[in-house]
Amino acid sequence: MPPATASRPAPLVALRDVGKDFPNGTRALAGLNFEVRQGEFVSLLGPSGCGKSTALRIVAGLSELTEGVIEWSQAGPAAGGGSRIGFVFQEPTLMPWATVFDNVLLPLKLKGATGDEAAKRVAAVLDRVGLQAFAASYPRELSGGMRMRVSIARALVTEPQLLLMDEPFAALDEITRFSLNDDLLRMWQALHTTIIFVTHSVFESVYLSSRIAVMAPRPGRIFTELAIDAPYPRDGNFRLSAEYAVFCRLTSEALIEATAAGGAP
Amino acid sequence: MKPRPVGARRDHRDRRERTLRIALPIIVLAVGLTIWELAVRIGGIPPYVLPSPDLIVQTLISDWGLLSRSLLVTLTTTVEGFLLAAAGGVGLAVLFNQSRLVEYSLYPYAVILQVTPIVAIAPLLLVYLPQYAAVLVCAWIVAFFPVLANTTLGLNSVDRNLADLFSLYGASRGQVLRHLKLPSALPYILGGLRIAGGLSLIGAVVAEIAAGSAGAGSGLAYRIVESGYRLNIPRMFAALLLLSLAGIVIFYFLSLVSHLALRRWHESALAAER
Repeated sequence: MPPATASRPAPLVALRDVGKDFPNGTRALAGLNFEVRQGEFVSLLGPSGCGKSTALRIVAGLSELTEGVIEWSQAGPAAGGGSRIGFVFQEPTLMPWATVFDNVLLPLKLKGATGDEAAKRVAAVLDRVGLQAFAASYPRELSGGMRMRVSIARALVTEPQLLLMDEPFAALDEITRFSLNDDLLRMWQALHTTIIFVTHSVFESVYLSSRIAVMAPRPGRIFTELAIDAPYPRDGNFRLSAEYAVFCRLTSEALIEATAAGGAP
Repeated sequence: MKPRPVGARRDHRDRRERTLRIALPIIVLAVGLTIWELAVRIGGIPPYVLPSPDLIVQTLISDWGLLSRSLLVTLTTTVEGFLLAAAGGVGLAVLFNQSRLVEYSLYPYAVILQVTPIVAIAPLLLVYLPQYAAVLVCAWIVAFFPVLANTTLGLNSVDRNLADLFSLYGASRGQVLRHLKLPSALPYILGGLRIAGGLSLIGAVVAEIAAGSAGAGSGLAYRIVESGYRLNIPRMFAALLLLSLAGIVIFYFLSLVSHLALRRWHESALAAER
């Protein structure tokens, strides 16, 4: 490792020269280098089809890489057999036949933890996302935003060291998205967790992230990285600030360059 | 005109709709029966050609002792065949789902069993099995395939993201089956069972008729064959009426079970509220 980075904490997870070919011959990722350190909120930003979700699935272990390596820190999520990773999909992905409580309980149940202790943890995490009153409801009885909150609660119930989010708010209206953005930042700070957040929204990535990795398509790779070093906690005022506007312009420019750098579709 | 709230007007329309759905079939039935009754009386048609509805009901009452015993026999076979078909269909589908080798080995034979007409298999079964067992096997053969096919479809219709989630949390095969695949498949299984209920009655009747011509049996279908030989046409109709009612009761009972099991979460069982 170069001396300049030696003083910084070792990355929680690092992707080194990662490549991914799909069986149909599509080259989804090539030469992707990317590190995430403990406590960061990193966004993967890029045009659709640039392999953001594929990269996230590889980190989660849901997809095999075809070249390169993933390195986890000693105390990292991989040490716990993957149990320290939470994943939030683009869709809420809830079990329609189970109540909110049972949906959130699922990760604990699959680990064999049930009973009072598990119930207490579910109640606590539902409280955190503001859904304690809906524990007995079924997913279809909830709004889209509330379903996404349940999905986040389920990802948080195992107290993951690393939370992976795949365009979780893309399908929601702007008002709901803003409120979930704020809640997510609050939870991230309160839980001292690390988040990798996939999005195609410049504004969302700037608002949330401590760092943005802009990806270029065909094949997917990191084009450039931008540190968003505005202080937390951030709120509605940050959205209106000149600082925010500058970050958004810089990020937009990077995204346009990255898109242009990609091969022909 | 006095304005009414929109909700009240819709309630009113819904109630009218419901009334019509119940009243219209009853009116059609009444008209049909009246024409039948009048045609028999005015045309002087003898009861051994076409009995009047009135006579059929009278026969049903006078022969109730005999017919109810036969009904019980047929219903018992049907229910047993149905339960075996439900267990066999779901069990086999789960087995196929867990092991591709078993699926490849056995699935073609399940299809062959299904496509070969049961009327043609029944006499053969009666040669090798005691009559009671043969009737039961017939009911089972006819009824198990829709359960198998529907359950297989259901087990393969799992939300892919949910499947990913289960694998992320390291779920075992048993956990995936119990907490993900079977609940996902439940609406499909219940749909299959609804078809199987009617089919197991058909299987039982076919086998009884095959057995009846061999001179044994006491189910409703046997009564129909026997009454036919004796030209007791009113009793034939009475037995037919009971079979038909049994089929209707089975169908609505299974529909009710399906509705109760799914009403909290599945689209098919939700009241249309917009």
